[in-house]
Amino acid sequence: MAIEFPRIPLGDWIEGGLNWLTSEYSGVTRAISRVTQTGIDGLNDALMWLPEWGLMAILAAICWRVASLRLALGAVAGLALIWNLELWNPMIETLTLVVIATLVAVVMAIPLGIAAALSTRLYKTIMPILDFMQTMPAFVYLIPAIPFFGIGSVSAIFATVIFSMPPAIRFTTLGIRQVPVDLIEAADAYGATRRQKLLKVQLPLSLPTVMAGINQTIMLALSMVVIAAMIGAAGLGSEVWRAIQRLRPGDGFEAGIAVVILAMLLDRLTQSFRKGRKQ
Amino acid sequence: MNENRNVKIRVRHLSKVFGNNPKKALELREQGLKRPEIFEKTGLTLGLSDISFDVYEGELLVIMGLSGSGKSTLIRCLNRLIEPTEGEIVIDDEDIPTLNDKALLECRRRHFSMVFQNFALFPHRTVQQNAEFGLEIRGVEKTERSEIALKALKQVGLDGWEDAYPNQLSGGMQQRVGLARALANDSTVLLMDEAFSALDPLIRGDMQQELLELQHRMQKTTVFITHDLDEAINIGDRIILLKDGEIVQIGTPEEILTKPADDYVKRFIEGVDMSKILTAEHAMRPVRATAREDDGPRTTLRKMSENGLDSIYVTSRDRKLQGLVEVDTLEQAAKEGKDTIREIMTQDFRSVPPDEPLHNLFAMFSERSFPIAVVDDQKRLLGVVVKGAVLEELAQAGDN
Repeated sequence: MAIEFPRIPLGDWIEGGLNWLTSEYSGVTRAISRVTQTGIDGLNDALMWLPEWGLMAILAAICWRVASLRLALGAVAGLALIWNLELWNPMIETLTLVVIATLVAVVMAIPLGIAAALSTRLYKTIMPILDFMQTMPAFVYLIPAIPFFGIGSVSAIFATVIFSMPPAIRFTTLGIRQVPVDLIEAADAYGATRRQKLLKVQLPLSLPTVMAGINQTIMLALSMVVIAAMIGAAGLGSEVWRAIQRLRPGDGFEAGIAVVILAMLLDRLTQSFRKGRKQ
Repeated sequence: MNENRNVKIRVRHLSKVFGNNPKKALELREQGLKRPEIFEKTGLTLGLSDISFDVYEGELLVIMGLSGSGKSTLIRCLNRLIEPTEGEIVIDDEDIPTLNDKALLECRRRHFSMVFQNFALFPHRTVQQNAEFGLEIRGVEKTERSEIALKALKQVGLDGWEDAYPNQLSGGMQQRVGLARALANDSTVLLMDEAFSALDPLIRGDMQQELLELQHRMQKTTVFITHDLDEAINIGDRIILLKDGEIVQIGTPEEILTKPADDYVKRFIEGVDMSKILTAEHAMRPVRATAREDDGPRTTLRKMSENGLDSIYVTSRDRKLQGLVEVDTLEQAAKEGKDTIREIMTQDFRSVPPDEPLHNLFAMFSERSFPIAVVDDQKRLLGVVVKGAVLEELAQAGDN
């Protein structure tokens, strides 16, 4: 005997909720959209305004300073290849999206991470939400982004921020919780307030871990920004997308290699920031 | 001597129960149950039970006990790193357990500096920045706190290391930084939680000595936790012995050693090196006979043979020690017909004050075989210590 149980209209509920959000907060989303778009355009224009060799020189100099001559040479070689493949402009667009998405994610993630480290209740609330954010297939975020912010880069940023934020929150929380209890006790014994404890002991000691989280966030942001080409984000992702639609594997690999070069550059750079700070 | 000293911290009926619903444990204690039974019945641990004592201004009070005796809990209750369950802790008319958060911070800043077993230095700060920590927390202005910190580092012998990081220093030096951090803070009480236990024995001995010197110079009220009775006896003005969260005995090192309150204390002191505790006074014997400077050699020889002595100390009329003569030289002088023993007495002997530790006397006996003279600060002869008496005294102390 089969019991007739109606299908739960979970999808309908979510859609209803999203529709309500879209219409109710259209003013807010439009404002966010405008501000973000201005930021993207500004940064993009600035990076495009620099001549190719100029940007290469600046990046090489940064690499040399915080890491090594080897990384600087590698950066020049990689960027030169991208330039030669005529992928410079898409690369800049991708870089812009990564930088802005990472900035937004980190600015939100670090205070959240600190709060979760200091309050067990918040920690218990936030951790399952982070699991949800990280395991939900990344493409799914793209769908509600469109009614909120329309097709284009702002939607890409929105989805990217959600997808890339969790590691920065997790690592910040972890870093602060890892501070040895005897150091916390020492700070308490000398009469430190919660704020002094945070600023003088917990944050400085968790910095290497926080930097590792930011590194992870950048890597996730890069991967998501490429996928976001499906909702009209400009950049290397859209080159790949076009190659798929036209079935041109050569073009696809060229754009893919450019993504790999950018990823390696950003990864090595942030990692050496972290090591540099440790000494 | 302690009765008329000022009380700095007064602790009364202090108890600490670990676990939820602590009242229950305290009720059971009122019925006369002890820690193990209370734990069995309720799952609550009676960390400290009805602790009362005073810390006098300027003294070095040692709280000693084995692990689990509650000594770390006790020191942390004083500055409320651990919340006491009941009881009073009064410092300068403030009852610490009743303070609100703000007053507690203020109280910690003004009254307590702490030195930790594992140093608890901040690895991201230089030696100087570590030493400045307490002052920085209190909002002391930068140039002033840097000056104070440098002075504190100098006191502990770390000048020149200001810019090093803790991980570049040896254990002993790290703990000096910990001590400098506490001294720079200039609080009224110094709390030392097994401060030297993580150091190797040689360094530990040095640090104890330096702490004693600092203590003599600065008269800082200090509460020192240790599990090491030798250390307690070496540095403590008074010792509190803890067992299972209760006080077993409070007393000076000598009282603890010579009048142990019960078998527990007795067993504890069995392992102590008594030669460090006992002093020349303990092994001193009255002088059987002395000679005068203007006595003749023959008189002196007769005095000696009556008392069975090989050598005799010579004193002036007011009993001040002048010298020593030996039987051989006396016989020689008697043959030569000398009038007084003044010109033949020797200064080749050792004299010590009454509080000289016995272990220092061993070395002296290996150089000279004469009895060692014990003199007061006026150089008056109080008695003598002979080699056999030292060993005898040690043997007796061991039997106790």
